[in-house]
Amino acid sequence: MTARYGMVIDLDRCTGCGSCMVACAAENNVPALPQATARTGLTPMLVRKVSNEMDGAARREVFIPITCMHCERDTPCVSVCPQQAVEVDKATGIVMQMPQRCLGCRYCMTACAYHARYFNWRDPAWPAGMEKSLNPAVAVRMRGVVEKCNFCHGRLHAAKEKAAAAGKREIDAADYVPACVEACPTAAIHFGNLADSNDPVSQESRSSDAFRLLARLGTEPKVYYKSKEAWVRQLAESVSARNPEASREAKHV
Amino acid sequence: MSSTALPDSRLTDGQLTDAKWIPRGEERTSLSRFLLWLAPWVVVLGVGVYAAGLCLYYGLNQTNMDNRFAFGLWIFLDLGIIALGAGAFFTGFLVYILKRTELRPILNTAVVVGLICYSGAVAILMIDVGQPLRAWFTFWHPNTHSMLTEVTFCISCYLLVLCLEYIPIVLRNRQLRRLPSFLVFEHQLHKLVPVLAAVGTLLSFFHQGSLGGLYGVLRGRPFAYRHGFFIWPSTFFLFILSAIASGPSFLMLVTATVEKVTGKRLVAGEVFRRLGFISGVLLAIYVAAKSIDTLVWIDFTSPSVGFAPWQYYMHKPFGLPILFAEIVIFGLLPAFLLTYRRTAMRRGWLLSAAALACGGVLLNRFVLTVQTLALPTLSFDEFLQYTPSWQEVASFGGVIAYGVIVYSLSYRYLPLFAPQQGDDAHVSGH
Repeated sequence: MTARYGMVIDLDRCTGCGSCMVACAAENNVPALPQATARTGLTPMLVRKVSNEMDGAARREVFIPITCMHCERDTPCVSVCPQQAVEVDKATGIVMQMPQRCLGCRYCMTACAYHARYFNWRDPAWPAGMEKSLNPAVAVRMRGVVEKCNFCHGRLHAAKEKAAAAGKREIDAADYVPACVEACPTAAIHFGNLADSNDPVSQESRSSDAFRLLARLGTEPKVYYKSKEAWVRQLAESVSARNPEASREAKHV
Repeated sequence: MSSTALPDSRLTDGQLTDAKWIPRGEERTSLSRFLLWLAPWVVVLGVGVYAAGLCLYYGLNQTNMDNRFAFGLWIFLDLGIIALGAGAFFTGFLVYILKRTELRPILNTAVVVGLICYSGAVAILMIDVGQPLRAWFTFWHPNTHSMLTEVTFCISCYLLVLCLEYIPIVLRNRQLRRLPSFLVFEHQLHKLVPVLAAVGTLLSFFHQGSLGGLYGVLRGRPFAYRHGFFIWPSTFFLFILSAIASGPSFLMLVTATVEKVTGKRLVAGEVFRRLGFISGVLLAIYVAAKSIDTLVWIDFTSPSVGFAPWQYYMHKPFGLPILFAEIVIFGLLPAFLLTYRRTAMRRGWLLSAAALACGGVLLNRFVLTVQTLALPTLSFDEFLQYTPSWQEVASFGGVIAYGVIVYSLSYRYLPLFAPQQGDDAHVSGH
């Protein structure tokens, strides 16, 4: 069966604790680099704090976990890679990055509207002793290549192996859960098969509160967000689409 | 063998001389003055090589690029010098395909300038990628849908063509010509030059276009994204047009600079005017095409993906004046000055217009590379700033120094400019 794995992130539940980021880093052997800055660090899962830009009692804030959106249509990073280091897995819909083949040209990073791709600016390194805690199921990426979220592909392999050992062709959904989903203390991140209409995540993605970031680009991202707050849902659009009044004013400036 | 042995530079009366290597009948400055001229450029090249070495050894953390500004100064200048180097293939195309033989005197210098621009760009690209030793992967696992694949193939092939075009020029050196085998090789290679010019034209059209397509296909960057024809976005065609418009202007500027430095008239004024006219006409066509493209983008392309074009120009210093400058000051104005007879007849106006045309193509490449990445896409993104590190600047300075050194050596030892009949040997007033 062909799956279309995706996520629905309930922003009303997200407290911005960062557990998903930590779990992601631990699961995927993301190096701890003290020299890294907010713009040079490796954060396949990044929680961003966004406000409604108002003051006083009217001020509202939301935490938005940003990860690879696993775009389904005309996937921008796939078509631009000169040496096929990025591909969409037809069996799962997961956008895969092959660091072993990556040239490090970073063209895929310029192509990504969500800035969800990261370059290894430095050699991977861990504080002494911490390398013993590395996950043996995930290869460490070298300096000079691009990486990103792959929905914890190591866990998918493990689930497949378990199913094969049990003589089953299909994996049990409960066996394949990305680390961020597992770690979220408020259960804000839900993961499932969007192609299966009975899957709760698939149903959730079709709810009236669900939205996708920059959906009008037409790339069909498979990470959905959910909020009952109208101003949060508007964040999905571009600045101009979000605030047509401002656009009219700016036009006259 | 002894009669054809290559004499080296030798000491004459205690002075080092290389007179036997200088083209017959040509006057060149003394070797010591020439070495003095080269010395600062060698220093700049040395610093550049050191900076590049740091980037290769320690990685790209030596630059100020980051995950958001994944392309920086190097890509902008690479695109710029490849556009300016377009004079090489375009002059070959004009001379060998369109038979504009009046441009023949500029042909050799066009090849040298092209070779410098392309080899310099490739050298910088090799530093700019995170895994330079994997460059061959693009040939082994090519993604035929990627504009960058097309760029890699065409630039590599065209650099080879430029080397093949440069070899006959090198073999025309006075001492190398004394070797019969070199003479035969040069003669045979020279017969290939028209074919190479045709191949070079084809390759160049594609890679100049693909460099434009590189950004035009970025659906996730609505500022750069363009609709187009078949698989090619409009920027594909605009890049070709702007490159062939600015290439001849850059050749004029290089030649005029060499004339100024050497104090010699190297090509007839008519060649300059012809180059200027070609550049001006193409620039006018480019400006018209660019204006139409911008209107289509404002009214259709950008709004269709949810972005109102005004939002791109809210961020200083990338306001509307940059668009105005690109189209009018660096487009329409030089196009007029280069084609209007009264201004085209005056060397000062002609060269100023050529400088504006070259500035225009650089501005266009800057806008497409740097401005595209600086602008936010997500509604909660911020406008970004980026300042290149000294390693980035020095590496590129090294490429410029490399260019000056290669051109200086080529000018000194090779017959770059065909002798001009009825033209003053020296530029009066220089």
